[in-house]
Amino acid sequence: MELLFILEQVLNGLVVSAYYLLIALGLSLIFSLGGVVNLAHGAFYALGAYFAIELEQRLGFGGAFVLSPLLVAAIGIVIERTMLRRFYRTDPIYSLLLTFGLAMVVEQAIRIIWGAAPLPFPMPGFIKGQVFVGDFIYSKYRLAMLAVAAAAVGGTWLLLNKTAFGRVVKAGVQNPDMVAVLGISLAPVMTAVVALGIGLAALAGVLLAPIAGVHPAMGTEIITAAFVVVVIGGLGSFWGVVIAAVLVGIVRGLAVYFMPPAAEASMYLLMLTVLLLRPRGLLGERIQRFE
Amino acid sequence: MTSTGPNAKTGLTRRTLLTSTAGLAVAGTIGAPAILQAQSARAQSDVIRVGHLTPRTGFLGPLGEYAVMGVTLAVEEINAAGGVLGRKVELLAEDSVNPSTAATKAERMIEREKVAAILGEISSASGLSISQVAGRNKTLFIQTGCNSDELRGKSCNRYMFHIEGSNTAYVKAVGQALLRDGMVKGKKWFGLTADYAFGHDLLRVTKKFAEDNGGSFAGSELVPTDASDFSPFILKIRQAKPDLVVSNLAGNQITNFIKQYNEYGLPFPIAGGGFDTAAAWGAGSDTFTGTWPCIWHHTVQSPSAQAFTQAFIKRWGKPPENQAWGDYLAAKVLAQAMAETKSTTSDTIIAHLESQAKFDVLKGREGYFRNWDHQLIAEMYTITPKPKAEQKDKWDMLLLGTAVPGAGEDLEVIQPTKQENACTFT
Repeated sequence: MELLFILEQVLNGLVVSAYYLLIALGLSLIFSLGGVVNLAHGAFYALGAYFAIELEQRLGFGGAFVLSPLLVAAIGIVIERTMLRRFYRTDPIYSLLLTFGLAMVVEQAIRIIWGAAPLPFPMPGFIKGQVFVGDFIYSKYRLAMLAVAAAAVGGTWLLLNKTAFGRVVKAGVQNPDMVAVLGISLAPVMTAVVALGIGLAALAGVLLAPIAGVHPAMGTEIITAAFVVVVIGGLGSFWGVVIAAVLVGIVRGLAVYFMPPAAEASMYLLMLTVLLLRPRGLLGERIQRFE
Repeated sequence: MTSTGPNAKTGLTRRTLLTSTAGLAVAGTIGAPAILQAQSARAQSDVIRVGHLTPRTGFLGPLGEYAVMGVTLAVEEINAAGGVLGRKVELLAEDSVNPSTAATKAERMIEREKVAAILGEISSASGLSISQVAGRNKTLFIQTGCNSDELRGKSCNRYMFHIEGSNTAYVKAVGQALLRDGMVKGKKWFGLTADYAFGHDLLRVTKKFAEDNGGSFAGSELVPTDASDFSPFILKIRQAKPDLVVSNLAGNQITNFIKQYNEYGLPFPIAGGGFDTAAAWGAGSDTFTGTWPCIWHHTVQSPSAQAFTQAFIKRWGKPPENQAWGDYLAAKVLAQAMAETKSTTSDTIIAHLESQAKFDVLKGREGYFRNWDHQLIAEMYTITPKPKAEQKDKWDMLLLGTAVPGAGEDLEVIQPTKQENACTFT
């Protein structure tokens, strides 16, 4: 029974892993290719949830689920074209300031448009309820959420590893100048990567809206954890980020079981341990220009 | 050969990422500053300045927004009616952020802006630090959202008055409903508690109530204030099989907990010791459940409550949350006390309030400030979900119970007694 309960907590932690992963993956991609630490990433996650609220009232959950990440990704494209693009080759402090400011602007805009109070988002009726396996309980919605997250992550992996686009991205991470010499322009690739990363963050926002409060500071709350996942996983490594997200989720699940007050601190301890043993993160690649 | 990559000259390294992550963790605890719309303090001696401090960012920010709407409306109404003692009231409203910033701002408002009084606050920790500044400077502070018993007991202060109810009052109010429903005697409770001063104080009071009335705790967990996933705790509740789940949570935590508790469909009923209407509105009428205490609700059927509700809807486009009531009432009580004493001096106003003068507190019965701990003595209510068919709009999802204490009872029966929470003004 006890062991079963611990297993229940571990599986439960996977849901936390899934949404950390959706956010961290975009962060890692944007940093690896553009060298921009996107502090505004959490704000796009929040925007995803707020757009979903508006769309849900008009088009239902399905419409919100599909359209909200696309709309937020479109905003991401505009921001990449007009702002981020100018800072890929400058001192990183500029892009840090830009994205930090952007995060604040978005959060305050949300406050002004939708108010500071948390907004309700109903869980779609067709997916309410629980799944039982013996005494084992799991929420149907969370199961579906895991499936969607897995599909999104799988799709991203295919895109990066099985397409020409993916090969350019990977080459660009390692040596952008060589890519340029070969006559391939990285600019449109970068736009696509930013749109993809931001779209994934917005998707996490939509998925989380039915189970957690939608409020202006939700982005600020998640961004630190997402960075921790990127750092633990290591830069430039797809699977590093995936493993780190799963690890953080499980460690948190276990910490909540054995010692609840330490639950939030557990991921920082994990990060510390990983950095002491492997300064580049779990599967971090040696990227010449970042050394 | 030197690298000519995009970051060759600028030195963006893994360390930059680590530093930003660390910086972010720090920034997260400080909180981004809110855009403030404080009215500027012009050098005018013919106005009465009133300071307002409340958290407008962070996890209490949603309530702070209602607080500002409430106090703004009150001051507009007071000025439209000709002001106080022939002088206009000027409101200086700012984000209190955290206990140390709150103290700094209170100090500045009193010394530089010469405010007649300070109103507001929601966090018990910030409320304490403002009260210390107010006491030192002999300036009146009417707090509108701090529940911790300690503020009225061990840390009480002659210059601080309490519009908000104490944790004990909230627990006794909801406790009346639980006793009536047979949810206390011989029953096992499971407590979830916000892991900071307010939560700990509330847990202590809740445990005392359960023990005094023959109930016991089957389990109790502290929940970090930044936790948004409650499923690990819900699984623990499922394993403990309690008769009642008791929430000592705060702010957004209540919203998240109710939503996720509904998601897992556990059969055990919920009750809570602390509650704000915004938390229920945030959960939505599909998921809201349980029995909760409530200090005020926009469906309270007294003429003054309805007049306030109508004026608020007209001004802000939505009904007032209970926090808006607190800050609206604080400004109105202050203005009335100034008018009645023909004075803006804190000591004169305090003497008047201590005489237990009656005020219309927008409820069925009038209220007064108890002279030995400065607590506003007034009715409270309990709240349960309203059946879907009876809901008029999305704000109308809560069913207001009858006032506690009941019609024939002394208003003080739900308040902490002198033995429970002794206060001596120094």
